[in-house]
Formats: sequence, C-alpha cells, structure tokens
Amino acid sequence: MSRRLALNTAGFVVAALVVAVLPRFISSYHALEWANVGIYFVALLGLNVLTGYSGQVSLGHGAFMAIGGYTSAILIAHHGVHDVWTIPLAGLVAGGAGLAFGLPALRLTGLYLALATFAVAVAFPALARKFERFTGGNAGLVLTLHTNDWLYYLSWSIAGAGLLLGWLVLATPIGRSFRALRDSEVAAISSGISPALYKTLAFGISSFYAGIAGSLVAISTAYVNPQTFPITLSLFLVVGLAVGGLGSLPGSVVGAILIQFLPTYAAHVSKQAPQVIEGAILVGVMLLLPGGAAGLFRLVQSSRQP
Amino acid sequence: MAQFWQQVVSGLASGGIYASLALALVIVYRSSGVINFAQGEMATFATFLAWTFLHHGISFWPAFALTLAVAFAGGVALERVVIRPVEGRPVLTVVILTIGLLILINGATQWIWGGAVRKFPSPFSTRPIHVGSAAFSIQDIGIVGVCLVAVALLTLFFRFTKLGLGLRAAAVNPEESRLVGVRVGWMLALGWGLSAALGAVSGMMVAPVVFLDPNMMQGILLYAFAAAVLGGLESPVGAVVGGLALGVLLNLLGTYFSTFGGEMRPTGLFGRTAVRRV
Repeated sequence: MSRRLALNTAGFVVAALVVAVLPRFISSYHALEWANVGIYFVALLGLNVLTGYSGQVSLGHGAFMAIGGYTSAILIAHHGVHDVWTIPLAGLVAGGAGLAFGLPALRLTGLYLALATFAVAVAFPALARKFERFTGGNAGLVLTLHTNDWLYYLSWSIAGAGLLLGWLVLATPIGRSFRALRDSEVAAISSGISPALYKTLAFGISSFYAGIAGSLVAISTAYVNPQTFPITLSLFLVVGLAVGGLGSLPGSVVGAILIQFLPTYAAHVSKQAPQVIEGAILVGVMLLLPGGAAGLFRLVQSSRQP
Repeated sequence: MAQFWQQVVSGLASGGIYASLALALVIVYRSSGVINFAQGEMATFATFLAWTFLHHGISFWPAFALTLAVAFAGGVALERVVIRPVEGRPVLTVVILTIGLLILINGATQWIWGGAVRKFPSPFSTRPIHVGSAAFSIQDIGIVGVCLVAVALLTLFFRFTKLGLGLRAAAVNPEESRLVGVRVGWMLALGWGLSAALGAVSGMMVAPVVFLDPNMMQGILLYAFAAAVLGGLESPVGAVVGGLALGVLLNLLGTYFSTFGGEMRPTGLFGRTAVRRV
C-alpha cells in the first residue's frame, strides 16, 4: 500500500512539473486549449466521484457546470466581485444545487436517475433564457478577458488541487462507503452505511467540482450565454468519463484531452465529422474496452507481472 | 368550451406522437432492460430517409411504408451489431453505449443531410372541420389516427400472433422461453426493429408540424420518457395512456396558465413523475 502511495506521489509530482513547464514550449493559443483540458479534467473528476465511485449515472452535469458558470458571471458582471473569488462560491452554489437535486434523486435508481438528470440538462438553457434579468437571456453576460497563460495556470492549479482533494476524500471512510454502495447497496446498508447520506453527498461533491469547472469556463471564455453549456456538453462529459475510465481519477485526463482536441482534429475530415467520430469512439470503447484508458493501463500492467 | 375541446384534440395529436415514441421505448425496455437514449435520433434519421424518398418523387404513403421497412431493418441490425455484445453487462455500460449511438446518429444525420431546417409535407390538410362552434384541424385528427392505428396493429401483433407471443415470452422469462424453443436473441432484435419502425411513425407525423431538422426529436424524446415513466416503464398500455394524457395536459396547461411558459415544463413535470414511480 505504501509503495502504491509512493508511486502515486511520484507520478503526481512528475505530472505537475510537466504541466508547469509546458507553456514555455507551446504557443499562447495552445496554452488556452490546454487550459480547457484542465477545466474538463476538473469536471470529469467530479463526474467520476459520482459515476465511477458511487455508481450513480448523471447525464446532466453540463447543467451543474452552467449553475457554476452563471454564478461566477453574475457575481462578476453585476456585483463587481474579482474573478478568482467567485470560483469557490460557484463551486458551493452548484454543490448546494447538487445536494438539493440529490435528495429526490435518492429514490431514483440507475436508469431513472439518468433520465431525470438528462431532463435537467435539456431544460437548463430554457431556464437561463427565462430568468433574463439575472442571466442576460440569449445575449448573455460579458466578462473581463485574461491572458492565456494566466488561464492555463489557474485551471491547472485548480485541477491539481481537485485531484488531491478527490484522492483524499476517496481514501477516507466516505470514499469507502461510496464504493460499498456502488458494488452492493444491500451489503452496504447491512454494514450500517446510510445510502441516503452518502448518495446525496456524492452528488454534492460532484456538483461542487462541476460548478468550479463551469466557473472556469465562464472566466476563460469571458462570456456566458445559454449556448455556452449545451446538452451536448453533458453528453461529451459522459464520453470523456467512459474513455478515461470509470473509477480512475488520473484516467480522466485522457477523457479531458479527448473532449478538447477530438472536435478540432476531426473537423479537418469534415465539418460534421467530430460528432460521428465521437459517437463511434464511445460505442467502440464501450464494446471493446469498458474500462477505458485506465482499464487499458491496468491490463498492460497486469500482463507484464508474472 | 369549444376552445377546451379544440385544445384537447390538438393535445391528443401531440400526445399520439409522444405515445408512439414512448411505446417504442417501452418495447425495448421490456425486451432488453435498456432505455434506448438513441430512440429519438433513430426516428429523426428515419424521417430524413422519408424526406429523401419523397424528394425522389415517391408519393407520401408508399414512402411512409418504405421508411418503416428500412427503419425496421436498421433497428434489427443495430441490436445485432451493437447491443448484443454488451448483453448482461452493467446498466451503466449499456446506457453509455446508447448515448454513444445518440451522438453518432445525430452526427450522421447532420453529416448526410446538413443542419438546415426543411419543410416536410403533411399527408393531411390543415383545413379545419367545424363541429358546433369548435374547429378541429384535419391534420391533428390524422396524426392521432395514424399513431393509434400503429399502436393498435402492434397490440394485435403481440396478442394474436405466434411471433408476438414469443416476443412477450422472451421479455417475461428468457430462460424458460429458450427451453421451449423461442429464439430469444432474435426476439430482442425483433423488438428493436419494431420500436425503430414505431419511432419512425412518430418522426414522420411530427415533422410536418415542427419542421424537419436534425435535433427535432430531442425535446419529444424527453416527453416520451416522461410519458413512459408516467405510465410505468414496464407497461405498453401505460406508455400510450401516459403519452396521450401528457399531450392533453401540457396543451391545456399552456392554454390556461400562461405562466407555465412552454419551455419550462420538462423538469417540473418530469421530475415529479419520475420520483413518484420508483
């Protein structure tokens, strides 16, 4: 166990160093792209806590990102709060919304939960248009611009902190309870784990991450409108999660890279190609490699050991 | 009062569309325990095919039948190629897989036909017929009629044919059905084929009303989910009743409570029904 901890620590430090020096070698435009990777990484960390570790499906995480994004945007545009301070607030507001949503969602299992969260994601843009006074309606809210390098370091330091926090939470009895509920709800209940408490908590934590990611989206694009968080965002998050690997926090990086770069590269083939390729990848991964990138890694590792 | 009946009939028209898509969802759910998130996109794809047939000069009803046949074959093929390999895997895997299909088919539709909104001809005229002081549109009545006929044919098939019996048996108890010689694997494929065809009916009925575009079924799919959950995911009759009730209810709410602003309904109604069922 301590050897694994040492390996993980070493891996984290190396990754952190690579991330820290990367902007010296890439153009400012690419720095922005990699900043987005960091943002998606944060969102996927949260989704992984929910789906990969506590076994609940959410097809509506784009909506929780939107809640975070709008919280930041409203605080910055209407109340003149400094950008960086709105990030934790956005996380808390989205986390609170997640807790509130988690309560009724407790009674929903598997498919029903997926349906309910899907409905939230579909309805959110309409809600944002409805409350025009706060959200600016279709016109949206315009925020202050930042340099790409600043955004890069902001999103990756938050991603690093998020990864550490995720590891910490999952190493505690809370994380163990999540996994117990995922693997067998009946067994978990009989050993005294309250499904209501831990399922809601998982929803709250994961929405907290989504809110922070949404806030970062708002700050980095310096603009939010209902189209900033479309339904496809929620679906692409699920794609990224599946490709990165359920139940592997570092694996989410692979998913985040895919979400950010696949559309750009696939667009060279044809304008409509990204979606087709993305869908095909998702279907292919689920058919051939249900563990995602992390599963592949584990497979390689175990085949090398005698 | 005249306005009330008018709204009920036009509610039934949209209800019929929700009902057929909801029934498609229920057939798949009963046979394989999967919610097919790609059901709406499959319907959209089929409707675009129908548009292509019409564009090549085939008249409406032959094109309608041809589309149903192609949709059926496509549904069977999808089950064989994509769903069969993941049979027995965790629900999450299958859910993510159908989401992959959703993204894939939606992308394919846009790739082949482009994102433009198109007019889709209606087989029924929009001329009103007057009953007393109320005016009903022939199109609305036609839509209800076609959807109900599709549902009725399907019921007859399930009830009175040997194949239908096999389908029901495979859904209720796959193990024992296999023992008495029902080819359960093919029954699942048949179920997917039938729901694809039923989805195509709802797509071709709604396209003249909302215009044809690659995302046209997304909102309708949500209502179909709500209808299926309202009626009980296990129950075909429930799905139809749920769909019709939802259509009428939404239309009446929209007419009499303007604050119920059109776009805000999905979560409210949906969330509540979903919670109540489980």
